Amino acid sequence: MQSNTNIKTNTLRPRLRATGLVLPLLAFIAVTFIAPLATMLVHSVYDPTVADALPETLKLLKEWDGNSTPDEVVYATAARELLKARQDRSLGRVATRVNRVHSGLRSVFTRSARELQDVREGPWRDAMIGLNTAWGDVQTWHAIRSAGAHFTARHYLNALDLQPLSDGSIDRQPPERRIYLALLWRTFIVSLSITALCLLLGYPIAHLIAHSPPRIANLLLILVLVPFWTSLLVRTTSWIVLLQTQGVINDLLVTLGLIGDDGRLAMIYNMTGTLVAMTHVLLPFMILPLYSIMRAIPPGQMSAAASLGASSFQSFWRVYWPQTLPGVGAGSLLVFILAIGYYITPALVGGSTGQLISNMIAYHMQTSLNWSLAGALGGILLVCVIALYLLYDRIVGIDRMKLG
Amino acid sequence: MISTQRIGRGAYLASCTLIFAFLIAPILVIVPLSFNAEPYFTFTEGMLRLDAEAYSLRWYRQIIENELWTRGLINSLIIGIASTALATALGTLAALGLSSPAMPGRRFAMALLISPMVTPVIISAAGMFFFYSSLSLAQTHIGLILSHAALGTPFVVITVTATLSAFDTNLTRAAASLGASPLLTFRRVQLPIIAPGVISGALFAFATSFDEVVVVLFMGGIEQRTIPRQMWAGIREQISPTILAVATFLIAFAVLLLLTVEWLRRRSVASPQAD
Repeated sequence: MQSNTNIKTNTLRPRLRATGLVLPLLAFIAVTFIAPLATMLVHSVYDPTVADALPETLKLLKEWDGNSTPDEVVYATAARELLKARQDRSLGRVATRVNRVHSGLRSVFTRSARELQDVREGPWRDAMIGLNTAWGDVQTWHAIRSAGAHFTARHYLNALDLQPLSDGSIDRQPPERRIYLALLWRTFIVSLSITALCLLLGYPIAHLIAHSPPRIANLLLILVLVPFWTSLLVRTTSWIVLLQTQGVINDLLVTLGLIGDDGRLAMIYNMTGTLVAMTHVLLPFMILPLYSIMRAIPPGQMSAAASLGASSFQSFWRVYWPQTLPGVGAGSLLVFILAIGYYITPALVGGSTGQLISNMIAYHMQTSLNWSLAGALGGILLVCVIALYLLYDRIVGIDRMKLG
Repeated sequence: MISTQRIGRGAYLASCTLIFAFLIAPILVIVPLSFNAEPYFTFTEGMLRLDAEAYSLRWYRQIIENELWTRGLINSLIIGIASTALATALGTLAALGLSSPAMPGRRFAMALLISPMVTPVIISAAGMFFFYSSLSLAQTHIGLILSHAALGTPFVVITVTATLSAFDTNLTRAAASLGASPLLTFRRVQLPIIAPGVISGALFAFATSFDEVVVVLFMGGIEQRTIPRQMWAGIREQISPTILAVATFLIAFAVLLLLTVEWLRRRSVASPQAD
């Protein structure tokens, strides 16, 4: 008995101490980082704007059969609540939300609410339909009912180019409104291309550094680390300076007579700009893991293979390449994870054709102010990144991630 | 046989040279252009002739005279230093705990603590905007310091755990057996040995904050404009060669940071305990 408790305290103490050391940071990250992510996800499914502004109308609409226009009492309640919303200045937001379900309703709401001030008495049904025929359309009431839900999956459907129909089924968006799946696909393809480019460019460099004499290797490593440490905005600016129409490379090509002054190449503010600048930014993340794996491969192996009669391609492909696969996997996954969420570089040098999913999230955050849709797109992107991150942990191990 | 091998070797070295040029040229090209006397982003004929008249310091003078840049620098330093201090203190403690084999759920805790580094910054920024706005911390220095500290901690955790993995635990045991308290052991034995890792981590965290623009874009107001925020505005709206002068400063700063970190790394490798 005595020895038993002793063992317990012996193992419990260090465990408590270790946990006590990690706990402050865990709490800090939970509050400053995880809570914000959770808030974003809540925004993507929870929106009480319409429900708060038209509570009585929505309660009455629950009883509504949905086939013909609602009763007079619904109209009277809606008119009262619209006027109230106009007074406390929430009408604009309510109109915007309903408009997202059924476009065209924004002006119906704002205009009708203004004109209802002059309507002294009922019947409200005739009065409202008289103001705007949209009030006689069942779709308008379906839209109000749908926008009035506290919780909705509509933004996620929207982010996948789907829409809920009034009968509860789900259908694809009309062709002209299908944009997000194509954008997700483009983001995936672009990230894959950048990963491939980084591997293609990074592999020989890592090989050269790994098998150079230490003094030269250190120098070459510095050449890789300088861009790694240099501000992202600086590197993006450099690419603008180099690639723009009146930029250094076009000037050089014109001076050399390779292109005419009117035939200057458009290499930036399009997909080319995004590809070139992002490959440059992410290349060190490929080189460093490759280098640390290659350094451990004894150079004697290659000459041994050669002395056994293998051609240089054979000895590379059969002996060297398989041993570098852990580095290839680690570098590629890291570059891919960083690429699919990239925002800054495409925003600055991508023009209209080089934008990725992150730029769409920023657009909905800052310009269209459709925060719920931004949250849903962010949620989808987050799921992809978490999946890749777990894969990275499984294959490489997060604790083996190195910097520089 | 020999000659094809030679051609192969030559092609390999030539392509390596080109790739290094791809890595470095964009950074080098900025430096001379920042001394351009004309408001262009390309080399003028005078510059190519090395005409002294074609070079000037006018863009550097503009930085010093422009209050937006000096204010930006002050904001960047305040936010950068405060968030680095916070990230370094919390990150070092956590790394000490994570390096102990007794730590329960080590792998999960590590994954959680590193996650701010791999989460797309647009998602972090959007979430922080919602969350800190609800606490009335958006458009405050405190809000930005907390966000930047969160983004910087993974770097501290990674560098310090890496240094600790090479730490000889017999040293702490020896100190304890000689009667030193855990705090004294940490201060006199552990800290001096892991110091290079801690400083490297702090420099990474500072560099992260000093280069961060998206969170500032979403959460910062006029009063919180930092250097990167100012550059962002410059690149997006009215691009002026002043940006190239600022960029040259930042490149010099990056080289300084890099050399310090490399020096620390070598120091830590050279110390006998770390082997």
